[in-house]
Amino acid sequence: MGASTAVISADALDLTFQTADGPVHALSNVSLDIQSGEFVSFIGPSGCGKTTFLRCVAGLEHPTGGALSVNGMTPDEARRNRAYGYVFQAAGLYPWRTIGGNIRLPLEIMGYSKSDQEDRVKNVLELVDLKGFEKKYPWQLSGGMQQRASIARALAFDADILLMDEPFGALDEIVRDHLNEQLLALWSRTEKTIGFVTHSIPEAVYLSTKIVVMSPRPGRIHEVIESPLPKERPLDIRDTPEFIEVAHQVRDGLRAGHIDE
Amino acid sequence: MRSVLPVLTVVVAIFGFWYLAVLPMNAHQAVLDAERAGVGVIPAEASARRDLSGFTLLARNFDVVTAGVWTQERPILPAPHQVAVELWDTTVEKKITSKRSLVFHGWITLSATLLGFAIGTGLGILLAVGIVHNRAMDLSVMPWAIASQTIPILAIAPMIIVVLNSVGLQGLVPKAIISAYLSFFPVVVGMVKGLRSPDAMQLDLLRTYNASKSETFWKLRLPASMPYLFASLKIGIAASLIGAIVGELPTGAVRGLGARMLTGSYYGQTIQIWSALLAAAIVAATLVGIIALIQRMTLKRMGLA
Repeated sequence: MGASTAVISADALDLTFQTADGPVHALSNVSLDIQSGEFVSFIGPSGCGKTTFLRCVAGLEHPTGGALSVNGMTPDEARRNRAYGYVFQAAGLYPWRTIGGNIRLPLEIMGYSKSDQEDRVKNVLELVDLKGFEKKYPWQLSGGMQQRASIARALAFDADILLMDEPFGALDEIVRDHLNEQLLALWSRTEKTIGFVTHSIPEAVYLSTKIVVMSPRPGRIHEVIESPLPKERPLDIRDTPEFIEVAHQVRDGLRAGHIDE
Repeated sequence: MRSVLPVLTVVVAIFGFWYLAVLPMNAHQAVLDAERAGVGVIPAEASARRDLSGFTLLARNFDVVTAGVWTQERPILPAPHQVAVELWDTTVEKKITSKRSLVFHGWITLSATLLGFAIGTGLGILLAVGIVHNRAMDLSVMPWAIASQTIPILAIAPMIIVVLNSVGLQGLVPKAIISAYLSFFPVVVGMVKGLRSPDAMQLDLLRTYNASKSETFWKLRLPASMPYLFASLKIGIAASLIGAIVGELPTGAVRGLGARMLTGSYYGQTIQIWSALLAAAIVAATLVGIIALIQRMTLKRMGLA
């Protein structure tokens, strides 16, 4: 894996937050390459720096050491070039805008024409299976539907990279399974590169081509697991021995990461 | 409709209390009137009555007092029906150009209120925008805004009138400025809170779009502040009316609701004072009601209500 083909490339990344209680070492020596079209999950206990790493990639936090490039640019340049869509833990839809209006928000800011906006809103609503909800307000939708709308918002301007920070963390198991399945379908249709932060081992194994197991204090990468699972993944793949084997590996990695503390 | 009964109950209770209060309040005058008309009262000497409470006089001269307190020309506390008659006479029965029309005086005060409210709201919003976007303003403006409100308006209103008079401004504008002085403050406080109401995640989202400060303002901060703005406007408009009335008091103004209260107090015309007070209350309630209506319509259109 040459760094030249990597969409996201981190080399010896370090980040220390200065807080009132003294410095917090959020990321330590994090090196990772993510290739185009990969689905990479970050898993680990709280405080392991998985969200912080994603925010560094997005240019929302700035590393205090090491090098990080996104699409061959600095994260800030990539942000200014609108290289990625970001999905937060909460849907964060504007209550005064309809679903369509919320998806139009980035398009308005980025200066797309009115007719282009309409087309894109229609397309992404279909992509996340929310056709016909364009004129509804967020409060008229369930939590799962709101999160799908926020994914549609991140997809609307067709960035190649999709960064997702525990997007389904607040949803119940059944809705989460359904959205995971849809997300995989969406990923295979759009061939985007996805960075996905999660707490859930089954979710990480089911979705990812690569699973980054992290450990806390200081936040660092404990292990990177390449998934042997095929790209085509029906929900019942979770009962196959291969799936269970990968899940084991992740669990062992998480446990070992805790023990080295 | 279910709220009619509780509301009516409260209204009846207030009027009941008001009518009852009229008895002891005006008892001295009623007894005096009766004495002058040759009716026997207890005690018979005015000097002996002076130190008695209204309640004692009422108890000792029950028939005289209950008969005599309702129609006095200058009662200490006019009865509700006296105020109602005065209100009717000075609104419906008078031409609105008449100096005795409350509609005429009401309009004088209302126009200053509305101009002051517009200035105060505009200034309040501008200051809030500055405070939210500029750290120096954040640190410097708020303490002054708070200090400005700790000065009694009655103390500063004459100063404003005098200073503005010396530069040739009279009538409407000085009163409007006193109104603005009172009404900008709730708008600043509410708008600062409202413009800061979007959480870190919503601001981060706009950063991922590389949105400019002005886009963040128009698309996120301003719409998010609307519920706060309307709450402030309701306080602001009532404060504006108070400002306009207070602005009429120290100048010896001859026009406006404040002037009516002032002349009423010069000549002991309590009925006139009360009717001006009531008119001011009606105007204030109407203004707040109009803002509430605009609020409902705006928030409904925004999908927030």
